[in-house]
Amino acid sequence: MKMEEKIKIEVRHLSFYYGSTPALKNITMKIAENKITAVIGPSGCGKSTFIRCLNRMNDILPGTRVEGEILIDGQNIYSPQVDVIELRKRVGLVFQKPNPFPKSIFDNVAYGLRINGVKNKRIIEEIVEKSLRQAALWDEVKDRLKDNAFSLSGGQQQRLCIARALAVEPKVMLFDEPCSAIDPIATAKIESLIHQLRNNYTVIIVTHNMQQAARVSDYTAFLMLGELIEYDKTEKIFTNPSHRLTEDYITGRFG
Amino acid sequence: MKRKKFIQVISFLILRGCAYLILAVLLLFIYDIASKGGAVISWEFLTQAPRRGMTEGGIFPAIVGTFLVTMVTAVISIPVGVFAAIYLNEYARQTRLTRIIRLSIRNLSGVPSIVYGLFGVILFVNAMKFGTSLLSAGLTLGLLTLPWTITASEEALKTVPQSFREGALALGASKWQTIRTNVLPYSFSGIITGAVLGLARAAGETAPIMFTGAAFYLPSLPHSLKDQFMALPYHLYVMATQHHSIIKVRPLAYGTALVLLMLILAINLGAYITRYRLRKIKME
Amino acid sequence: MQILQKKKITRFKESLIQTFFMTNATLAVMILVGIFILLAWSAIPAFKEINFVKFMTGVNWDPTSPVKEEYGILSMVVSTFMVTFGALVIAIPIGIGVAAYLSDVAQPRTREIIKPVVEILAGIPSVVVGFLGIVLFGPLIAHLFHLPNGLNALNGSVLLAIMALPTIISISEDSLKAVPRSYQEASLALGASRWETLVRIKIPAALSGIIASIMLGMGRAIGETMTVLMATGNASAFPHGFLSSIRTMTATIAIELGEVPYFTTHYYALFGVGLVLFIITFLVNLSADLILHRYQEREQ
Repeated sequence: MKMEEKIKIEVRHLSFYYGSTPALKNITMKIAENKITAVIGPSGCGKSTFIRCLNRMNDILPGTRVEGEILIDGQNIYSPQVDVIELRKRVGLVFQKPNPFPKSIFDNVAYGLRINGVKNKRIIEEIVEKSLRQAALWDEVKDRLKDNAFSLSGGQQQRLCIARALAVEPKVMLFDEPCSAIDPIATAKIESLIHQLRNNYTVIIVTHNMQQAARVSDYTAFLMLGELIEYDKTEKIFTNPSHRLTEDYITGRFG
Repeated sequence: MKRKKFIQVISFLILRGCAYLILAVLLLFIYDIASKGGAVISWEFLTQAPRRGMTEGGIFPAIVGTFLVTMVTAVISIPVGVFAAIYLNEYARQTRLTRIIRLSIRNLSGVPSIVYGLFGVILFVNAMKFGTSLLSAGLTLGLLTLPWTITASEEALKTVPQSFREGALALGASKWQTIRTNVLPYSFSGIITGAVLGLARAAGETAPIMFTGAAFYLPSLPHSLKDQFMALPYHLYVMATQHHSIIKVRPLAYGTALVLLMLILAINLGAYITRYRLRKIKME
Repeated sequence: MQILQKKKITRFKESLIQTFFMTNATLAVMILVGIFILLAWSAIPAFKEINFVKFMTGVNWDPTSPVKEEYGILSMVVSTFMVTFGALVIAIPIGIGVAAYLSDVAQPRTREIIKPVVEILAGIPSVVVGFLGIVLFGPLIAHLFHLPNGLNALNGSVLLAIMALPTIISISEDSLKAVPRSYQEASLALGASRWETLVRIKIPAALSGIIASIMLGMGRAIGETMTVLMATGNASAFPHGFLSSIRTMTATIAIELGEVPYFTTHYYALFGVGLVLFIITFLVNLSADLILHRYQEREQ
């Protein structure tokens, strides 16, 4: 597939091993800037592993090994000179299960700012409001920012985690099956806000829900057993896939 | 079907019997000490020094001594214990060194208290020339308490969900920032509780302090860390076994036992209440 | 996007912090090794005078005899194991029973009572337990068995059982609680009763923890000093039955260390006893560890 847009992330021959077991095999793809790229595939195909490589979250797992390169804006994030802490400020991650901190709603969103040394109260308040608006949560919580985050519903908690990640002002936003633990109505809200994000962020979203991928994304990558089977514009993948396996998966012949 | 039910009823009854047996034993202990010791407890008993070879008077210096040596123990074992636990739970990878460290900790908690006493004599009393003193005894007790503090602190750290750490790391926090802001505050109550409970155990130990600093009768209270001290457990021991008129001082021994028990109970209660209160604050 | 180079200062600070914490942790290893080394170093001078084999196998411990000094520790070793064995006979069934009761039978309100009871029992200092052995159990045993006094191995066993019980109970209970609910539910769904599920599924699944708890309780009993010192009579002869007065290794050290002149053979020999005691408890605890690990590996 030829990509006309500007490339934000380039994955080159990425392989990932848990011990001696390969979880990702030689993945090469280019991810467009300010677009939404979905990663789909059956359980265990490596989608979560893949996305967690993009912010080197897999570093904290013992006994793992990475081969290949991931270039973000031309810089290989696995090079030894790269500070992984700085990387994670540029590439945000929203987890599958909402994981707000046991702090107030305000403090959750402000957390990333505070650990970066931001002390000015007004700046923090501004960024918190902006992030909560982007996460489509501001109207629901603006009067109770001091409440504990756990008083929110599941869908609201997830939007809070999105706001929290956005507050750090990353360039790339990763979503690891963000709606799998959320009810359908809340899911719709989250999908719509993700769709809005593409104006300002490069978004990669892992999902096991194909309809979601079709609704939300511009490009779709189909992974199976750690290999990249097909990667193309979403429209093409879902209407006229080139690969037999892709077609079988899309049409539900296996899952 | 009915047979199954019958077997279950009988078996569960036996289990219940075991539990009530323990309860009965405890109640028996408490009753005996409380009744015979309570008769002796008075304001004078608690605030006066012993007189006439301990056949009269009080146990005030022993109370003070126990308090002081426990303080020394706290200063030694709590910081080291917490730091070690932080390393084990937050930093350590599954290497051979980590396994050896954990093995050592588990093993240390099973080392007999008299062996700690011997170690204290060799190292603190003789080699470091601290002599028999609060310092030697406190250090010895500190070593004894250390495995407990480490284990309790680690348990407290473990209760913090991994998602707190991952969430912080994903936002670009460093390891130490994550620990400082997202782990320690939420394990604090558990750490403190564990530490204080460890001190309660240290306060009741006799063997480690017998040869490193405790004395049966001293004319005055300790002025410095280099002084010997009186202590409740050691006092009880001597009164119960070596005193020249054991029967006569038996009531005083009961009183000492009661004071010691109440002290330990107070510390335990304090720890639990503090944990309860700290948890309540966290929830709101 | 500019990903900044590693900030050297923060890297250094972070690794300094990590090293600091690691040092505290390795202290544990150093202490354990230190205990062994210092005990051995202090005991070695004794073996210039004493025959090692006679030390380990000799039945008479009589270092102050004006006639013939003897340094055999066998009697006290046997005494230690005897009183420990007695304690375990009592504590294992009751301990597992209470643990099972707490995990499977008790109502929440009863648990709220029994659990603190166990913890309080654990918190009673050994000197107080020993005291109760003198004033409570001693007269009782003397009365039951028509003895002049009740300070003997039986008394010691009962007291040590009481001291080992909380360990056995709490660790066994934790192990039982840790058995996945799915096992229980599967068993019940197949028509097993709660008792059958407990005995056939839960206890076997928790077995490694239960065994570990027993070994830890055993280690506690072997190493107990004050309780046995006060309640077992302290006659240093070879024990002849549970109703005889016995003296354990721990008691021997505690009694004689205060009176022995410094730096004599007797003095060094006491450290020798301490070394043997340390090695025994070290091995017991090590075995408990190995059992745990091997069982866990098999489960995986």
